This record gives sequence, structure tokens and C-alpha cells, in this order.
Amino acid sequence: MAKRYLTLGLAGLIVATMGLAACTPDTPPAKDNLVVTIYGTPTGSEGAQWEASWQAWAAANEITIQYTGDRDFTTNISTKIQGNDLPDIAVFPQPGLMKAVIEDGKVKPLDAVTLGSVTQNFSADWQSYGTVEGEQYAVPLDASAKGYIWYSPKKFAELNATIPTTWAELMTLTDTLATQTGAPVWCAGFNSGDASGWPGTDQLAEYVLSASGGAVYDQWVDGTVKFTDKPIADAFTAMGKILLDPKYVNAGFGDVASINSTSFGDVTIPLASGQCLMTNQATFLAGFFADAKTADGETPVVAEDGDIWAFMMPPVAGTPSVMGGGDFAVAFSDDPAVAKVMAYLASGDYATSLITVDGASFITANKGVDISKQSDPLLAQAMEVLISPTTIFRFGAGDAMPSVVQQAWWKGMVNWINGVDQAEVLEQIQAAWADI
Amino acid sequence: MSITSVANSTRRVKKTHKALSSPWATAGAILIAVVWTVPTFGLFVSSFRPAADITTSGWWTFFTNPNVTLNNYAQTLDFVSSGVTIRQTLVNSLTITIPAAVIPITLALLIAYALAWIDFRGRHVVFIAIFTLQIVPLQMLLVPLLKLYTGGVTLAGVQIFSGLGANSLGSGFAQVWITHTMSALPLATFMLHNALATIPGEVMEAAQIDGAGHGQIFLRLALPLAVPTIASYAIFQFLWVWNDLLIATIFTSGRNAPITKTLADLSGVYGQQWYLLTAGTFLAIIVPLCVFFALQRFFVRGLLAGATKG
Repeated sequence: MAKRYLTLGLAGLIVATMGLAACTPDTPPAKDNLVVTIYGTPTGSEGAQWEASWQAWAAANEITIQYTGDRDFTTNISTKIQGNDLPDIAVFPQPGLMKAVIEDGKVKPLDAVTLGSVTQNFSADWQSYGTVEGEQYAVPLDASAKGYIWYSPKKFAELNATIPTTWAELMTLTDTLATQTGAPVWCAGFNSGDASGWPGTDQLAEYVLSASGGAVYDQWVDGTVKFTDKPIADAFTAMGKILLDPKYVNAGFGDVASINSTSFGDVTIPLASGQCLMTNQATFLAGFFADAKTADGETPVVAEDGDIWAFMMPPVAGTPSVMGGGDFAVAFSDDPAVAKVMAYLASGDYATSLITVDGASFITANKGVDISKQSDPLLAQAMEVLISPTTIFRFGAGDAMPSVVQQAWWKGMVNWINGVDQAEVLEQIQAAWADI
Repeated sequence: MSITSVANSTRRVKKTHKALSSPWATAGAILIAVVWTVPTFGLFVSSFRPAADITTSGWWTFFTNPNVTLNNYAQTLDFVSSGVTIRQTLVNSLTITIPAAVIPITLALLIAYALAWIDFRGRHVVFIAIFTLQIVPLQMLLVPLLKLYTGGVTLAGVQIFSGLGANSLGSGFAQVWITHTMSALPLATFMLHNALATIPGEVMEAAQIDGAGHGQIFLRLALPLAVPTIASYAIFQFLWVWNDLLIATIFTSGRNAPITKTLADLSGVYGQQWYLLTAGTFLAIIVPLCVFFALQRFFVRGLLAGATKG
């Protein structure tokens, strides 16, 4: 009676399915609330922190914001735009792709209210990222600052080390510490799956920006200054004095080549245990210490007088510069509720709400922010630098270059660490410009 | 067939049988099994180790330094991404997978029966056309399908289908089901057609002479005989849909996402929680394992049934 079982089975399955579909919470928005969908990159707890940043305002204004995070945002947004499947608001992690999308014509320009806030709250540098043909389309949401040297204040006190204020001092300090401890002092990790090598590209770009200034940096990003040209080659040589010297790397992991096999977040482990004295990474590294242990087996305290702290990379040539990143919101709909959300995102109130999200470490370049609400001095300092009119701010060079070049550069950093000749590496990366 | 060739072929079968059951072959098979299982086993062991151990040492050190924790599983179950926990996405996965397996199989059975046993003009052309659709890669479907779901269909000024919603971030499961059904139908039809076509024509004729219509033949004769193929195809389809990430990320909102999407998010934006993937992977394979073991007795039979008759 196989037939009967089959029929029964099928019927059962269908009933079960309907039951499941019926009892699945499809989060029906509370009846009167308007729904605004936001599509962006952060997922997991980072995504949840974003949601928390606008939650209170949305509830007070009877708007339900449905946020969907997608790790593959940068590829999938193009598919969605082509298929006319447009989110109300999309948050782009980098300006290059966003500009291309704006030029495509489906993004709505900012309305007067939002435009007013953006012009008032953001520097010309930041505004320019969202401007296409004189029209402003984007609201900068948050920012990030790269180029921090993470260290252990306790270890530094033990070894009588002081925080360097110039690049030359940093090199001297490196040598002194290496002699004192008789072991490598720096640790680095370039491993990041498909994107392995990016931590290296960041460090290199920071050096170029600091040593050669904004003009050279911009020309380098748009391809007029070549990788094989002197400013870039010099930066490689300068970074190589640390990263390619077995005397200085790779503390806690092994030889120079172990930089490639070390996951970039894992540098927190020797840093916390005291094996590694310094590592160069963005502010977000603070979030990676939760799983690391100090030499006494405790969870390290990230604080100025704690186990782990950071200073900004000392300038090579005098002018303070910051390389960083940021997220930008654009609207695909001119619905009033969407416009209201955009206006809020551009406001100083939102910036303050963003930096005070529990457990998060957001910073912003929004001048309307109340910095005093930021309890973390490192982040507060970063924001002051970002907002300061004298700081040169630039986006990470890799993110601003065409993705073919960026990927070649990532690969180049890995080869460079593996011992491939520097001139050859530079030529290989430069060759990628021909493929775009 | 002559007597000698029969004898030859029997001898060959015996020889093959002997070769396959020799101690060497057995040792080889065991070796292959071990090599295939070791990584999964390592993953399994890792899922019970504390995060600090996973990130600093290999899973084999577990045996000299056994630290067991259920923390990874607890953390994974409570993991939230785009507003849903892993628990909810497990339910979402079932909500997506069951209809996305039942609908195409049901449709394909009807199509396959018609193509195999109802004699109409051009049925071979139709069959080949359906079969060749298999070569269309899924990625090619994304943009047209998105356009269909958001814009609907308008033919000669008349709107035939109004679309499913303004955008996929605000709508439900229907578009995922439809997409999976579309992508599954060619292969499902092909496999089930082959299974139904192996039923001897005499049996069909006998049923017809006894006065059975197509409806009765389909339900009482064709369906029961095709059970092994249906079951084995159901396993395939279930696993494909369960493991799918592409359709899930393009067509669902964060709240309706299946477990594969949340698993991809589990490691964190910067990959800092990758150790949780060990536990997450095991949570995600429990359901497919149950399905496989429940239907496995049909599995090999079904594969052969589909393969021997072209």
C-alpha cells in the first residue's frame, strides 16, 4: 500500500508547510506605522547596533525601519538595481560604487531639509563623495579612522617606552624595544579569506598619505601616479623596514611569512598576552579583544591605563592626516516617510544617537555630534581629528581604486610578504590598471 | 547471446566481485572513508572547544587537552542578524525548503506523466525543450525574475500579474518558492520522466483496458512505481534548497532569511567570530541529515532507476 503512505506523506508535508508558513512571524508592521526598508552591509551584532541607532527615533515617529544586512551588498545591490528591486534606502560602504549607482539615475536627490543638514554638518570633503553633477544625493552616516598603533600601556611602562610623535621616533622605538626584549616587537596578520592582504594595503596607503600628502594620494588613487613611481615605492621600502625584517616581526606567530597565514583579527591574542608589543590596525580592532586573554588569563581591558590601548600613527611629514572610511545612505524612493528618515540620518541628533549605541564603537564626521557623549577617549579623539578643519581626510586608497586594482594590490601585498622582489610586485599591481 | 559469452560475462562479474571484496579493496575503502570524514570530525570536535582554544591550536590537541564547552552552541543559537535569531532562521529555512521541494516535485510529476504516457503531437520536442532549459545558469535568472516580481507582467497594455510587492525586502516567501520551483523543474521533470517511462507499456495498456483513465493510472500505477525516484529527487531538491545562499540573499528580506544567510553572517563583519561557524554548521546540517537518513533506503534505488533508462 505504498500509494496510501505516499498520499498520506504528501498531505502531511503540505499541511506541515502551511502550518509553518502560518506560524512564522512575518513581522507585520504595527498597523499604522509606515515601513521603510534599509539595505546595507553590516550583519550580526554590527547590524544590530545600526538598528539600535535609529530605533528610538523611529518608534517615536511611528515609522518601522526594516533593516536587512547583506555581506555581499556590493555585488547584490547591482543585481537588485538592474532588476528594479529597489530598497527604500541603501547604505553604501564606499563612495566609488555609490557614484556609479547615482549616475545610473535611480537614486533620488536629497530634499531641501536633508540637503540643509548635510551642507551644515559635513565638511566639503565628505559632501563631495555624494555629489554627482552638482547635485547632492548621499548622507554620510558613520565614519571609521584607520592608522592606529595598538600597544600595551603596561608593557610600555615596564620597558620605559614612550609614545612616538614622528615616524622616525617610531622606528627608533622599534629598534630599542627589539634590542631590549631580544624578540620581535610587531605583529601583523594579512589573512582575510578572499580579501587577504588588505591590512597591508591600508598600512601602505596611510604611509603614502602621511609622507606625500593629499595631492599625490589623489593622483595615485585615480591612476596618474603609478605604483612603480617613487612615492609609492618609497612607502613600500619604509614599511618593509618593519614588515620584512625578521628582527621586528612576527611577534607571537613566527617568521615574516607567518603574517600571511595569520588572520588579521588574531593579532589581538599575542598583543593581549604581551608577546607582541605593537600592531597597526583600525579602531575596530577594539572589538576583537573579547576572546583574547592576558598573560594572567584575564580578558584584557581596552583603556588608556589598561592592558591595551592605541595611538594614532605618527605623521611621517608633519601634517596630520587620517585615512578612513564611511558609510553613505542614499534613497531610491521619494516617499515622505523615506525623506523623513533621510533627514533624521543627516541630523546631529542621529550622530549623537549613533555614537552612544550600547557596546558599539561608532564614530562620525558629523559636526552636529555631541562628542562629550562619547565615553571612549580613543574614539572621541578620532572624531575630533575627523571633524577638525585642518585634518586631511581621505578614503582608504584600495576602496577608492577600481576593484580589479584593489584585488591585485591585495595579492601584491601577500606576494611581497612572501619574499617576491619589491619591483616585481609593484609592476604586477600596476599592470592591473590595464585590465579595467 | 551464446553460451560461452554468458559464461564469460558471469566469470567477469565474479572477478569484479572478488576484486571489490578483497582485503586491499576494503582497506582502500576504509581509507577513503576516513580521509573524507576527518575534516568533518575535526569540525565537530572544534565545535565543543572554547573559542580561545580553537583560535590558537588545532582540533587534534583536544585529545591531550580536553576542554569541553557548549558555549559555541549557546552563542550561535542566540546570534541575531538583521533582526532574527538563528532559531528563527531555522524555521525560515523549513518554511522555504518544504514548499520549494513539494511544489516542483508535484508539478514535475504531472508534466513527466503527460510527456511519458499521453501521446500528443510534439511531446518529444517539449520534453527536449524542458530538458535543455537546465543549461540556463541561475545567475541569469536573477534580474529578469526580480523585474517580474517587482513590476509584474503587462501584455499589450493589460496587466496580467501585478507583482508581489514594491521590493523583496518588504515581501514574504512566495518569490523564493517560485524561484526555486522554476530552477528545479527541468531536472525534476527529466528524472521523473525517466522513472515513469520505465513502467512497461503492457501494464499501462492493461490498466487502460480495465477502464482506468489517466487520472487513475497516474495515482494508482505511476505514482507508487515512481516512489524511489521521487524520494531520491526529494533528497536532492531538499538539500539544494536548504544549502542555497544565492536565491536566499537576493529574494528574501533579513527577517525571512534562511539559516544559510545567517550562517554566513555568523562569523561577524570582520570574521572575528569564525570559531562559531563550527557550531553553526552542525546546527544547519541536522535537518538535512534527518531527511537523508529518513529517505536513504530509496536513495540508491532511485538513482539507478533514473539512470538506466534514457
